[in-house]
Amino acid sequence: MAFRARHLLGIEQLAPLEITTVLDLAERYVDLNRRTVKQSDVLAGMTQINLFFENSTRTQSSFELAGKRLGADVMNMSVANSSVKKGETLIDTALTLNAMHPDLLVVRHGSSGAVNLLAQKVDCAVLNAGDGRHEHPTQALLDALTIRRAKGRIQRLTIAICGDIAHSRVARSNLILLGKMENRLRLIAPPTLMPSGVEEFGCELFDDMREGLKGADVVMMLRLQKERMDGGFIPSEREYYHRYGLDAEKLSHASPEAIVMHPGPMNRGVEIDGELADDINRSVIQDQVEMGVAVRMACMDLLARNLRAERGRKIVGMMA
Amino acid sequence: MTTLHFQNARLIDPEAGTDTSGSLTVKDGAILGRDGKAPKGAVVVDCGGKCLAPGIVDWGVKIGEPGERHRESFRSAGLAAAAGGVTTIIARPDTAPAIDTPETLEFVTRRAAEAPVRIRHMAALTKGRAGREMTEIGFLRDAGAIAFSDVFEVSTDAKAITRAMSYARSLGALVVGHPQDPGLSSGAAATSGKFASLRGIPAVSPIAERMGLERDLALVEMTGVRYHADQITTARALPALARARATGLDVTAGTSIHHLTLNEFDVGDYRTFFKLTPPLRSEQDRLAMVGAVAEGVIDVISSFHTPADEESKRLPFEEAAPGAVALETFLPAAMRLYHAGHLDLPALFRAMALNPANRLGLPQGRLAEGAPADLILFDPEAPFLMDRFKLRSKSKNTPFDGARMEGKVLATWVAGTQVYAAE
Repeated sequence: MAFRARHLLGIEQLAPLEITTVLDLAERYVDLNRRTVKQSDVLAGMTQINLFFENSTRTQSSFELAGKRLGADVMNMSVANSSVKKGETLIDTALTLNAMHPDLLVVRHGSSGAVNLLAQKVDCAVLNAGDGRHEHPTQALLDALTIRRAKGRIQRLTIAICGDIAHSRVARSNLILLGKMENRLRLIAPPTLMPSGVEEFGCELFDDMREGLKGADVVMMLRLQKERMDGGFIPSEREYYHRYGLDAEKLSHASPEAIVMHPGPMNRGVEIDGELADDINRSVIQDQVEMGVAVRMACMDLLARNLRAERGRKIVGMMA
Repeated sequence: MTTLHFQNARLIDPEAGTDTSGSLTVKDGAILGRDGKAPKGAVVVDCGGKCLAPGIVDWGVKIGEPGERHRESFRSAGLAAAAGGVTTIIARPDTAPAIDTPETLEFVTRRAAEAPVRIRHMAALTKGRAGREMTEIGFLRDAGAIAFSDVFEVSTDAKAITRAMSYARSLGALVVGHPQDPGLSSGAAATSGKFASLRGIPAVSPIAERMGLERDLALVEMTGVRYHADQITTARALPALARARATGLDVTAGTSIHHLTLNEFDVGDYRTFFKLTPPLRSEQDRLAMVGAVAEGVIDVISSFHTPADEESKRLPFEEAAPGAVALETFLPAAMRLYHAGHLDLPALFRAMALNPANRLGLPQGRLAEGAPADLILFDPEAPFLMDRFKLRSKSKNTPFDGARMEGKVLATWVAGTQVYAAE
């Protein structure tokens, strides 16, 4: 099979063929999700635990819905207000959950690398739903699916990623994925929000938005992550909007067919003009949400297949 | 006391800069002479052609007493040191509480008697290492403090540090600084660059080290204090050091064995045993540091042995405790530099034994007549697979776990008494 991963910890570990395998399968789930009866049984009998150390509404409900539509038993654990406050460590939480024999563990954590650490301690398949400033792989996959459906391909496109790149795991996962698929990448941000050393990843860097958007096929806006900032990255939101907020005028520098994306939740009037965000001719923001459920279904389906195969091999090994 | 005669040895003499075969005679805990005949009644030690060198003087070892004896005690650190070829430990005052009064210094001096190697203590420069009020530098010196340092705490209060430095100068005390700008480096767990950006780890620019060093050197110029920078790890800090020397300031500098043998990419998949203070640097910086040691711009190599328990390392990278144990891996790690052809053995022992001893006013680190017979016998070629659970340290946080290493200590003597023999 083309998809061999045991966990989905990041885009970094995926080969281009694995990425297209996820996207192809997700297309089928897009169709399923548009029907009245959305039920499938590929995860029937399996247990999915959503373990969110950081509060999230959108990603958590997307994963929950994806699991339920595939027939899994889904449990949400919002750890932000539970045993962690009593001093339990990440590893103890992981071991406790592991003893309950889940099959899929969806984890979000505020520290980079925390999900990798947890994955080393459990027997089930782990999906990274975002770790610190590191990766958010399902977001990059759903963005890729959205682009492929809008543009007909996911190669040889000029893609501009704009905004708070330094604090964004979405940007990192997208950077890796779109780079692996051989696109031309541009990063647009004030120097304070540009991570150091990214020029070595093979992208072009801009601090002037109009220049960076010139001829772009895809414009990906990022949320200004105020909660990850300890102050003083930008002079004010209004100056940020003036220089880096996407509006119709700035977008006019991009290709006339350029699509506008945003991982949500949006700060309207900070990084994106509200009207533009709602413009169905340019904005694919709602499509991204729809693709999110389908992509997560595809990822869980593929991981569950690998998990079953692995367990099957173990049983055969025990009998032999 | 017995007389020892080491024969058939490869003598590593950092003072003369020589690596020659010969013999060495030791009497009453001191070196009697070289290449003579075995005196009557002497115990003859056949070195089998292996290297005999002065024991390592390791400047900047953290021991968990007082406060964290579960991480390391004087006894466990001393056993690890003896097995690693370290015969003199210069202990750090970043304990809990800090060694900032003559009473705590007296306590650790008494406790240190448990260790099979020599232990000397640094004391804090400011009370509680808080960077506000100087400690009783005079009393602490009388009680045996060999140098004064707030270790990794860098004060933002330049006035307080100026006063402490001026006062220390009047006593001829040596001040050890940690060159790092505290504002720029706060919250950082890695060096900024491609790797930290890819992994999403909060990072500090390597410039923070140069900024910290430039500030300290300006204060040294103002106060005239004797100063040692504990760790220089970036190429961009080196010109400032050379400039200070050229203007005649009494300044020396050290670096850590980890920053000479590892780089930022070794962190790999968030391996917390590679989280150090300061964080590991780029490969260019590592090579620049190796060059600086070879040229003598950096005087001292230390292990910066920092024991950390499993719990404080089994955390997400940002939250994990920094530091690595290194007493026992110091010599094999240093042999990587030798085998790579970067430094010969006399040059290595100059940086690991002679220079730190000289700077601290100790008679160790040499094979000269009359020097203390603190000696190690080692095989620079002996290969082994590092297993952290075999370490004698109470804490097992070594970045070399599972690594292939070359270089084994075969035996260690302190003042002519054997304190370690390899199995």
